[in-house]
Amino acid sequence: MKQSKWKPWLYLLPAFIFLGIFMVYPLIDVFVYSFEEGYNSASQTFFGTGPYNYRYVLRDPYFLQAVKNTFLIVVITVPVSTGLALLISVGLNSIKPLKELFQTIYFLPYVTNTLAVGLVFMILFQKTPYTDGFVNLIIKWFGGSSIDFIDGPYWAKMFVMCFYTIWVVMPFKVLILTSALASVNPVYYNAAKVDGTSKLRIFTRITLPMISPMLFYLIITGFIGAFKAYSDEVAIFGTDLNAAGMNTIVGYVYDMLYGDSGGYPSYAAAAAIILFAIVLTITCVNLLVSRKNTTYA
Amino acid sequence: MHQASSYEQIERRARTRERVRKTVTYVLLVLWALIVLFPFYWMILSSVKSYSAYNSEYIPKLYTLAPTIQNYIDAFTTVSLGRYFLNTLIFTVITTGLMMIVIVPAAFAFSRLDFPGKNLVFTLFLSLMMIPNELVIITNFVTITDWGMRNSYIGLILPSVTSVFYIYLLKENFEQIPDALYKAAKVDGTSDLKYLLKVMLPMTRPTIITIMILKVIECWNSYVWPRLITDDERYFLVSNGIQEIRENGFGRENIPAMMAAVVVISVPLIVLFLIFHKKIMAGVSRGGTKG
Repeated sequence: MKQSKWKPWLYLLPAFIFLGIFMVYPLIDVFVYSFEEGYNSASQTFFGTGPYNYRYVLRDPYFLQAVKNTFLIVVITVPVSTGLALLISVGLNSIKPLKELFQTIYFLPYVTNTLAVGLVFMILFQKTPYTDGFVNLIIKWFGGSSIDFIDGPYWAKMFVMCFYTIWVVMPFKVLILTSALASVNPVYYNAAKVDGTSKLRIFTRITLPMISPMLFYLIITGFIGAFKAYSDEVAIFGTDLNAAGMNTIVGYVYDMLYGDSGGYPSYAAAAAIILFAIVLTITCVNLLVSRKNTTYA
Repeated sequence: MHQASSYEQIERRARTRERVRKTVTYVLLVLWALIVLFPFYWMILSSVKSYSAYNSEYIPKLYTLAPTIQNYIDAFTTVSLGRYFLNTLIFTVITTGLMMIVIVPAAFAFSRLDFPGKNLVFTLFLSLMMIPNELVIITNFVTITDWGMRNSYIGLILPSVTSVFYIYLLKENFEQIPDALYKAAKVDGTSDLKYLLKVMLPMTRPTIITIMILKVIECWNSYVWPRLITDDERYFLVSNGIQEIRENGFGRENIPAMMAAVVVISVPLIVLFLIFHKKIMAGVSRGGTKG
């Protein structure tokens, strides 16, 4: 009997050890770091405790640039990708032939290495002395003038960034929305058809409410994901995001931790906690809004 | 007479409208499919263009008449792509294997065994899912550095061998197995461990495979942690390798060779996806998220 009392804990032990060392302890530690002023990683000493790290980070122009970039990415990519995914899923659900082929194609970006494909995007958008690049070729076709999307004006870089982010996040959203749409009970549609309801009205009064839980799930995870944008940026603009003016909050955290400007875990910790606070606030707001507007059938 | 023709008219109009709707739908779907596929086409196309052909095309051509495999040879000889590839393979296999060893017993304990405080422990467990990686990675970086495990496989692997989410997913699946089986096994004197290995695992094989595939994808694409923990080229994974190749590999202008490297890196997962696409898509829709 005594032996079996310990057995469950024995099964849990490996998971506990790993989670303890690499999740629970770091979670506490990161708050400690963020309040240790002048922490030196080499000698592991610090001057004192206080909110100085937060003040430093909040005044750092690089951080403010990163916050601006991140917010722009969030504000642009979340609505656009969700709307586009909805459009595509509705289209997918209304056809029979080729549906599976399209679904498989649309999912492809999910399984590709973002760093690798980002390089292709960079080449498609880049303008070098040797070539204007493919995208500029199309722009010129339509009579525009070529732009350097990778080293050029801020809005052009932001455009590429958002375009690539949307390309990367679409597979997940299309997949979720397609299965949500397919699971709406056809009885509702048939009833509406008998009543002669218009297609638009069917969509806004039946389809949207029925899939609203999934839609809100996608919006919430979309917000969280977009706030953590980082490797897509690296894929397009290279590791020195500050030089490109395209850094994100997560990028700022990692740059502070490691790399050419690194070695400041305290600043990194403060920035990470600020990010966490932002994400938590927005998620709570999202949840409140969704509770008011979601229909659970 | 007049009535009939107006019916016909209405019907014809309805049919035309339906046809227009279908056409618009297909145009939209094909357009998005092209946007998705085009980068893949472009990387394959560029990877078989010769260096001189690529650089002489001021206006890039959409096809090539003289494909070459020279770039692939370059990708494996001038930069250590083979090495990155092997590293990623080792990293992926060991991480996935270790993770299964850690999560299967934990899921078993939560689903099948009874112990005091189980619900409380499980709730605490679930709350760990909310912790973003960005918060804990700072200390993990310091921990691994302090342990002298930078630039080593073990340092790469250790922080990613547990996943609260997969424990949760597996636990849910284990609970679907009827109690009667467990009791029957107990009557027969089967030990818990044997029951887990001989009955539960085979019965939940689809979920196990899904989890493994999702983990493999995650490992293959991981970038942030390997970048922090390795600066010795000999331990680079493919993501860092491609970044290294881009920044100081072939020289900035040899894009065909870079594209060959990109193709080589992308192929394993795409092949995996084409084989298991139903499983992967079902698995992801059950709760995978990117990143």
